[in-house]
Amino acid sequence: MTEHGPHHDHKPSGFMARWVLTTNHKDIGSLYLLFSFAMFLTGGAMAMVIRAELFQPGLQLIEPNFFNQMTTVHGLIMVFGAVMPAFVGLANWMLPVMIGAPDMALPRMNNWSFWILPFAFTMMLMSLFMEGGGPNFGWTFYAPLSTKYSPDSTAVFVFAVHLMGISSIMGAINVIVTIVNLRAPGMTMMKLPLFVWTWLITAFLLIAVMPVLAGAVTMVLTDKYFGTSFFDAAGGGDPVMFQHIFWFFGHPEVYIMILPSFGIISAIVPAFSRKPLFGYASMVYATASIAGLSFLVWAHHMFTTGMPVAAELFFMYCTMLISVPTGVKVFNWVATMWRGSLTFEVPMLFAIAFIVLFTIGGFSGLMLAITPVDFQYHDTYFVVAHFHYVLVSGAIFSIMAASYYWLPKWTGVMFDEGLAKLHFWCSLISVNVLFFPMHFLGLAGMPRRIPDYALQFANVNAIVSIGGFAFGLSQLIFLVVVIKCMRGKGEKAPDKPWEGAEGLEWEMPSPAPYHTHLTPPEIK
Amino acid sequence: MAQTDKYYVPAQSVWPIVGAIGLFLIGYGAATWISSDNAQASWIFFAGCVVIIFMLFGWFGNVITESMSGLYSAQMDRSFRQGMSWFIFSEIMFFLAFFGALFYARMIAIPWLGGAGNNVMTHEVLWPTFQAHWPLISTPGGTSTTAMPWTGLPLINTVILLISSITLHWAHVSLEKGQRGPLTIGLGFTVLLGIIFLGLQVQEYIHAYQDMGLTLSSGVYGNTFFLLTGFHGLHVTLGTIILFVLFCRILKGHFTPAQHFGFQAGSWYWHFVDVVWLCLFVFVYIL
Amino acid sequence: MPVNLTQGVTDISQQVYDLHMTIFYICCVIGILVFAVMFWAIIHHRKDKGAKAAQFHENTKVEILWTAIPFVILIAMAIPATKTLIAMEDPSDADITIQVTGSQWKWHYKYFGQDVEFYSLLATRQDQINNERNKRDNYLLEVDYPLVLPVGKKVRFLVTSEDVIHSWWVPAFAVKKDANPGFINEAWTRINEPGIYRGQCAELCGKDHGFMPIVVIAKPEQEFNTWLASQQQKIAEEKAAEQALLSMNMTMDEMMTLGEKVYLKSCAACHQANGEGLAGVFPALKGNKIATEDVLKHIDVVVHGAPGTAMQAFAKQLKLKELSAVITYERNAWGNDTGDLVQPAQVKAVMDQKDL
Ligand code: HEA
Ligand code: HEA
Ligand code: CUA
Ligand SMILES: [Cu+2]
Repeated sequence: MTEHGPHHDHKPSGFMARWVLTTNHKDIGSLYLLFSFAMFLTGGAMAMVIRAELFQPGLQLIEPNFFNQMTTVHGLIMVFGAVMPAFVGLANWMLPVMIGAPDMALPRMNNWSFWILPFAFTMMLMSLFMEGGGPNFGWTFYAPLSTKYSPDSTAVFVFAVHLMGISSIMGAINVIVTIVNLRAPGMTMMKLPLFVWTWLITAFLLIAVMPVLAGAVTMVLTDKYFGTSFFDAAGGGDPVMFQHIFWFFGHPEVYIMILPSFGIISAIVPAFSRKPLFGYASMVYATASIAGLSFLVWAHHMFTTGMPVAAELFFMYCTMLISVPTGVKVFNWVATMWRGSLTFEVPMLFAIAFIVLFTIGGFSGLMLAITPVDFQYHDTYFVVAHFHYVLVSGAIFSIMAASYYWLPKWTGVMFDEGLAKLHFWCSLISVNVLFFPMHFLGLAGMPRRIPDYALQFANVNAIVSIGGFAFGLSQLIFLVVVIKCMRGKGEKAPDKPWEGAEGLEWEMPSPAPYHTHLTPPEIK
Repeated sequence: MAQTDKYYVPAQSVWPIVGAIGLFLIGYGAATWISSDNAQASWIFFAGCVVIIFMLFGWFGNVITESMSGLYSAQMDRSFRQGMSWFIFSEIMFFLAFFGALFYARMIAIPWLGGAGNNVMTHEVLWPTFQAHWPLISTPGGTSTTAMPWTGLPLINTVILLISSITLHWAHVSLEKGQRGPLTIGLGFTVLLGIIFLGLQVQEYIHAYQDMGLTLSSGVYGNTFFLLTGFHGLHVTLGTIILFVLFCRILKGHFTPAQHFGFQAGSWYWHFVDVVWLCLFVFVYIL
Repeated sequence: MPVNLTQGVTDISQQVYDLHMTIFYICCVIGILVFAVMFWAIIHHRKDKGAKAAQFHENTKVEILWTAIPFVILIAMAIPATKTLIAMEDPSDADITIQVTGSQWKWHYKYFGQDVEFYSLLATRQDQINNERNKRDNYLLEVDYPLVLPVGKKVRFLVTSEDVIHSWWVPAFAVKKDANPGFINEAWTRINEPGIYRGQCAELCGKDHGFMPIVVIAKPEQEFNTWLASQQQKIAEEKAAEQALLSMNMTMDEMMTLGEKVYLKSCAACHQANGEGLAGVFPALKGNKIATEDVLKHIDVVVHGAPGTAMQAFAKQLKLKELSAVITYERNAWGNDTGDLVQPAQVKAVMDQKDL
């Protein structure tokens, strides 16, 4: 039995009580998801500014300095405001349900983790309006651009990142403790759904690297305001040291943004293939190997910084190795579909698009890993193409897939299938018009982070921008679909709307009751 | 294996949002204070600190009441323990960033500036008169300073912290045996040693600034020295406060031999801070 | 626009191109195989075609196989990559050495042991960038003084920076090296064909990162040597003229005209043409104490820069005449009407006080 403070199995009434003071993992999950969507729109709006400026050569709309702020804040918001909180939201909603726990292990801290975020991002967005503007040194804030040469608002940026870090660490601690300690009897580790497994490993990565990011911003702060010289050769420091510290965080960070996706795809593909996931155990081992390797590859972002050859070779080899466990995952998904009984509801459509487009992004990653060729690709649009393939048609698509997959469970109504399919096809086509030509721009020699470019790049940039606007507008369809579901408009969803789906979440009514698994379920 | 016979899920709580506001005030206040030297902004920062302290009292107050009224099961105790362990792990990673900076500067940046590896030209063209050595008592840019010896205050401080770990352990063992007297004395001593440590550290800083010319801005030696010992000092301060609160709770008769997670967490934290000091002592002072 | 990587004009760049194509083809083949299997399943194993789901869910042999095969493929990729990389990172036995220094937002080239050095700035005019005039062919890829290199010689670059990190990149040579302040990175090239090669700064370096191109003219050895000699002579003459200047006095009008020109070229990027700066980033000069009070302080800041800020030292970048003109301009433009006339001799005096 689970005990509650003052006994209540119904939802608390009143906005404050329900949303601000809540300790309920489902409400907190919803808050995270809504917040992340708002941030996606904000970061996306900034991407639209970028694409509008780059639509034609010449300075069209904005000043170069503001352009740099847009790129920087776009990157920061998408990474820390859209993708990461979306995954935490999914974790909040689904983990306790999937492992048969009554709630997250530390419910009050859970709420704290969430509520720090709106403040952190308010702070960061506020800095855009401060004298001198907001952060303009790229989401990677390389020193000394971010120290000696940065705007006055840098301190605000630093503390905003600190807040995000605190939130992420607490969120991750909660996830690990919940998974390790709150599983229902009989739910052994090797019975966990893969989404749970991938999150367990992601949470470990988070706790390991977010403090390192905190260290990096702290050194930026002291270098800028307190006269230290960590990143200044005159004082015995080294600007490249910043990059080592940043990427020691940064590379695991990009896997933080993809491992939960792997979990989501591993839930959806079997469900719509009506066939168990192929190679469960090897999926778990592959995830763990990716996480382990992710600590050994950071300097592949720094091949041009002038490291000794031995170091370049080491980082090249380790980076290439990551393709092996990632390949295992792709092959397992394909093998799961093989000889299944496939249907193509919207979650499955997004999952299939994920597999194809993520693999393309992975391939360009592998090309980037080849050091001598990376000298040519580095800091061009080829890199921009690579990471948008893995992040937008990877992470974001998987989040869309997950939303469609679980929306009926969350809201109790089926989403509007027609609109959802429209959303899928518009997104699929426009995302490729948006990001595929960027490969060519990069190969032809267009550097990233520039507000204006040589005439030869004009046509392709125009196409990219059009793709961008189309992709942006397509996301408004998603907004409509979600709002309709939230307002309860639509067919009543059955307990298990997807024929082949498996897992504890489908054994309870839709929408999921406010409190679930008050007595631990029986695990077969 | 998990057993879920009784799991307490707390009702709505006002503390998380209060905590979020507090952190926001601290962050925003500190940022404006630092970047504009605006004394007004310092009030925002201090207001944030007050809010956080208020929150901590409220939140832990709730937890203690719940715990004392027996709402917590063994499983929840495990949740807290695991949560605390992972928190300490995150702290280790935070310190690792600064130790990493120390090692990088010593083993890579400074030798390179002195012409090692593939950086012969760096030395020849840019810093022809610079000589690589550690501690870096004269920087490529020409700032000079003196190195802090490990004998004297640092050694005394090491001994103090080591003793404090022993007294704390003694207190812990006594708690588990139900001997309240030694528990109180052991913990009291630990708090006292923590305060002495901090006092001596302040002395050391004053000495460094006034007599040795070793400051936060005297190159990467001073940077790593002050940030590592400084963040450690902050952790000792926090640890001492935690232990002091535990001390007060013990005077009020809290904790039983079977259930004393709060005490355990505090003592873990203290031992962690101790271990960090040992690493500091070896890598910052001695080597 | 070409849609593929350039093959470039050096042996190394050709190797890099080949490597790029090899990896690309391997990825294509793997991709086609994987997606073919997947789409086969999508087409044939669908429920509405009556497919019944099989229930297999592991097969150790297959799983080992598809772990091992990619591993072998990777080794096959790593071997040529390693060879090329080792060749690229060996700048020894160079014929000439050039120091490349980036600063916000220009490149400086110094021919070692030749007494030749110069700055190289974007030559595209502001009105083209602002769309007030048609853009020319090499829009944003043209500079005032291109780097000139000999064909067929091993050229070593010593890349560094004076402020933030820049990156010196010429695609046709497959050379991209970060310019880190306080450190020197080495790179090299041996150009096979004469021609004009263009590149850009490839590391975010602030506001005008998009406006710091690189142009290299590769000349046959003979022509290169003639060019080098002419430069040496030109630079020597300029030095002599500088000396003569010290005893000369210039008029206010002369100073203001030249000063404005220099200001727009070297200062306006930060302090803005109207002298108002960018609030919070670059200070205004209009009404600034430094530009209205102590002259010596003003000269000092312009000549030596302000340490710890983005203000560079201009002693090396500008000629004596230009320095005195621009300082005079700053003290008299935008209502800073101090009436001060700063003479070259005065600037020189400040310069010599602090050794450069
Ligand atoms: C979700 C995020 C994500 C993911 C998953 C990845 C995955 C990978 N990334 Fe990427 N990367 C980023 C996000 C991501 N990256 C970002 C944001 C940046 C830029 C940051 C910045 O500078 O702003 C970046 C930049 C980046 C660089 C630096 C480029 C540069 O700046 O010069 C490199 C270089 O090695 C790289 C490599 C890789 C590799 C090898 C993988 C691998 O994990 C990919 C593995 C997958 C596959 C290979 C496909 C599937 C495999 C098979 C079908 C098996 C068979 C295949 C073979 C054996 C070939 N990435
Ligand atoms: C998960 C992360 C993520 C996501 C989802 C995206 C999404 C998008 N990104 Fe990007 N991006 C990054 C992470 C991400 N990005 C990072 C890390 C960088 C590097 C930053 C740096 O260099 O420091 C970067 C950089 C980057 C650049 C390079 C900038 C430069 O180098 O100068 C560009 C340029 O086109 C770009 C475009 C886009 C576009 C068009 C989208 C689209 O997918 C966005 C679509 C969404 C919307 C548009 C919002 C929804 C719609 C509305 C709000 C309604 C309004 C719509 C219209 C007016 C049409 N991004
Ligand atoms: Cu210089 Cu970018
Ligand atoms: Cu990476």
